[in-house]
Amino acid sequence: MERTTTRARLQALAMAGAVIATGLGLASCGGTGAGGGGGTITLYSGQHQQLSQAIVAAFTKQTGIHVRVRTDDGIVLANQILQEGSTSPADVYLTENSPELMLLTEHHLLAQLPASTTDQIPSRYNSPTGNWVGVALRVCSLVYNPSLISQSQLPSSFLELSQAKWKGKLAITPTDSDFVPQVGAVIATYGRPAALSWLQGLKSNAALYQSEEATVAAVNRGQQAVGVINQYYWYRLRLEVGAKDTHSKLYFFPNRDVGAIENIGGAAVLASSSHQADAKKFVAFLASAQAQQLVSAGDDFEYPARAGIAANPALPPLSLVNPAVINVVSLGNDLTAASLLQEAGLT
Amino acid sequence: MPRGMRIAALREFVSGGRRRYPWLLATTSILVAALLLVPLVAIVAQALQAGWGQVWLVLDRSFVATLLWNTIKLAVVVTILCAVIGTGCAWLTERTSLPGRRTWAVLLIVPFVIPDFVLAWTWTSVFPAIHGYSGAVLVMTLHLYPLVYLPMAAAFRAADPGQVEAARVLGLSKRAAWLRISLRQARTTLLGGCLLVCLALLSYYGAFENLRYQTFTTAIFGEIRTQFSPAVASSLSLVLVALSLFILGGEGMFRERGRVQRSGAMAQRAQTPIQLGRTRFLAVAGVATTVGLALGFPVAVVVYWMTTGSSSGLPTSVSFWAAMGYTALYSALGAVLATALALPVSLLTIRHPRRWTATLERSTFITQAIPGVVIGLALVYVVSRHLNFLYQSPQLLVIAYALMFFPLGLVALSSSVARASPRLEEIGRSLGKGPLAVRLTVTAPLLAPGLAAAFCFLFLSSVTELTATLLLAPTGVRTLATQFWAYAEESASLGAAAPYAAAMIAMSAVPAYLLGRWFDQRIVGEPGGSWFQEEVP
Repeated sequence: MERTTTRARLQALAMAGAVIATGLGLASCGGTGAGGGGGTITLYSGQHQQLSQAIVAAFTKQTGIHVRVRTDDGIVLANQILQEGSTSPADVYLTENSPELMLLTEHHLLAQLPASTTDQIPSRYNSPTGNWVGVALRVCSLVYNPSLISQSQLPSSFLELSQAKWKGKLAITPTDSDFVPQVGAVIATYGRPAALSWLQGLKSNAALYQSEEATVAAVNRGQQAVGVINQYYWYRLRLEVGAKDTHSKLYFFPNRDVGAIENIGGAAVLASSSHQADAKKFVAFLASAQAQQLVSAGDDFEYPARAGIAANPALPPLSLVNPAVINVVSLGNDLTAASLLQEAGLT
Repeated sequence: MPRGMRIAALREFVSGGRRRYPWLLATTSILVAALLLVPLVAIVAQALQAGWGQVWLVLDRSFVATLLWNTIKLAVVVTILCAVIGTGCAWLTERTSLPGRRTWAVLLIVPFVIPDFVLAWTWTSVFPAIHGYSGAVLVMTLHLYPLVYLPMAAAFRAADPGQVEAARVLGLSKRAAWLRISLRQARTTLLGGCLLVCLALLSYYGAFENLRYQTFTTAIFGEIRTQFSPAVASSLSLVLVALSLFILGGEGMFRERGRVQRSGAMAQRAQTPIQLGRTRFLAVAGVATTVGLALGFPVAVVVYWMTTGSSSGLPTSVSFWAAMGYTALYSALGAVLATALALPVSLLTIRHPRRWTATLERSTFITQAIPGVVIGLALVYVVSRHLNFLYQSPQLLVIAYALMFFPLGLVALSSSVARASPRLEEIGRSLGKGPLAVRLTVTAPLLAPGLAAAFCFLFLSSVTELTATLLLAPTGVRTLATQFWAYAEESASLGAAAPYAAAMIAMSAVPAYLLGRWFDQRIVGEPGGSWFQEEVP
């Protein structure tokens, strides 16, 4: 009897030992955890790593403030902030599309930005309530493979893509968080019922890809004739594979069609942030000429939001593209677009 | 030890052990099982929060039927293919005169360390036409057959040749003896391997996304990226949980019927390998094709992209080595934790088998079928609300790894725990050794290989974990998997992604090699590493 008790004790001891050892190991690898002292802020970034890293490095060099970066999809991070609520470790949220920012504003999770920051950027790219500031723009476009389809056969409007003649020729990315605002734009322009039947048409026509990178690559290889992408993915592909292996071209819908909507990405300070001053410094830096030049300079191929900063010379001037402009308020918060995508069975 | 106790111990040994019930062990095991069920409870809680109406709205769509059909047809075909390839290769390396069988035995295990998303990426980057169902079958079979091969190799080696010999004496042909005796002996093991394949399939994500094959996991990801309701993702994962319960239940039923008795205790001994004769060329070709497609091809492609991709060249050294360091550290700690959690459960279920302990053991397998991203979200939900100090801490990521891969640790431990029979401890005690001395000199050496195997298995699984890591990793921390993903999927920079793939493969190759050697060195005559040990008490 005693013997087995001893054994049980020993087993417990061994287990406790293992757990404590693990705990110690963990404690020693801490230091990167949440919290953080003065001079460090946490950025939730839905932007491409290359761009966010370049901007953060320049900011730290200038101010001495360190920035921890959490990179993920913009909507995923917005979801995370919604879940975290007032305990969010994030100080700044940077994303590629305005609807996420509008949603967080509605939940009163974003702090008011100083006018000195928002004044840096044209007001149509900013939060109407002063809660976020525009940073970079992309334009929705069509990538096509000239060996499969000639330019004259391309649609003149976004809505045409739901017609049966596009069956088997079209690639879309319905589960990319960049696609949701495009649906939102169709809803804002044509109304919910028209948008739903458009999505149902897309579902029966299109091959579904999981990222816009994959969509543009498929068209470039000749697997699909056309694909809906944000324009900069085509430039990024061309950079990666080289001009020689770029077998696709970019097409912008004419006449300010909703297929050529301008997507505004921006940044905000969280209301729950305990580093308001440093966080606001970072957002101000994002709007500054220095950071805006980094948007143009790198391999990002977005348009800087700030006026007077020349875009990457590889890009056509925005005035030439002549994109559709939809007010960030009418574009809304993604919720209707998301439920419509679900209703159409695309997600 | 007083003489009276020694006699008592001897009497207990002789009488077969009428020992006091190990309450501590049982309590610990129940706590571990409860911990493993936390993500599941969180999923259900989130779904309930949204209300069944909302859940039903998500589930009652033709899209969900498509997902279900996609998942089922993939699971059935891949499991069958893995069973055939795994069993065939195991038989060739363990029972025949296959040339170079010891080398093949190790090489056949290694493909499991190539992450599913890297494997899919290597195939699609070279053959862009590979996608959809056939692509998913190809990639998943090549990735998962080692889960059948590994236990089957061990089972073939440990099997009782006496029964085959008896069958042959009674006039059965070689083939009939193999089918009716050898394969039947290994049936439980085969089912165990198939179970792992099935459950693992349900939770993969990266490969399917790359291959454009829609499963529940890719749909859950789609929901997370486009919807603002965690309840929606939870609803879809409920279907996965139901599927995994169904698979576990089915396997359990088969297992009950398939009990194997040995012709005598420890009836294993060296067996003469079957001479293959001329068919050995065919056999080598088969094994070489498997290894070539599952290992040679992806490694060659990674090396190719490393040397030719236009954005190639080692990534900025700091982030690369940091990613490597974090990956190794977190994976190792997660593996230690999961091994420590698995030990009591394993001891309880093997030493004190009851119906409820079997259920307890089974319940821990459910996490295997829940995608990492769902476990990640569930932990975000629970921890950010109730344990905020743990949120986005390295500790949480380590705990997540331990929870997710726990079943693998349990499986790897089981054979060693079975070998470390309490009878052996009692013999040690009856010979006058103290309890601690017995633990150190008898139990520990017997358990050590199992503990090492569990650690290796858990480590190499954690190294390649992607989706939960994205959600739970401390801010600023990047692992090899998340960096690979950032470059390969987000930027389509094949050259920049390749070094991270190479590092993941290299890092997991060491434990995989050790595992292979471990299985290889199991001396004939010891009870083998049966996947789900059927110890006759």
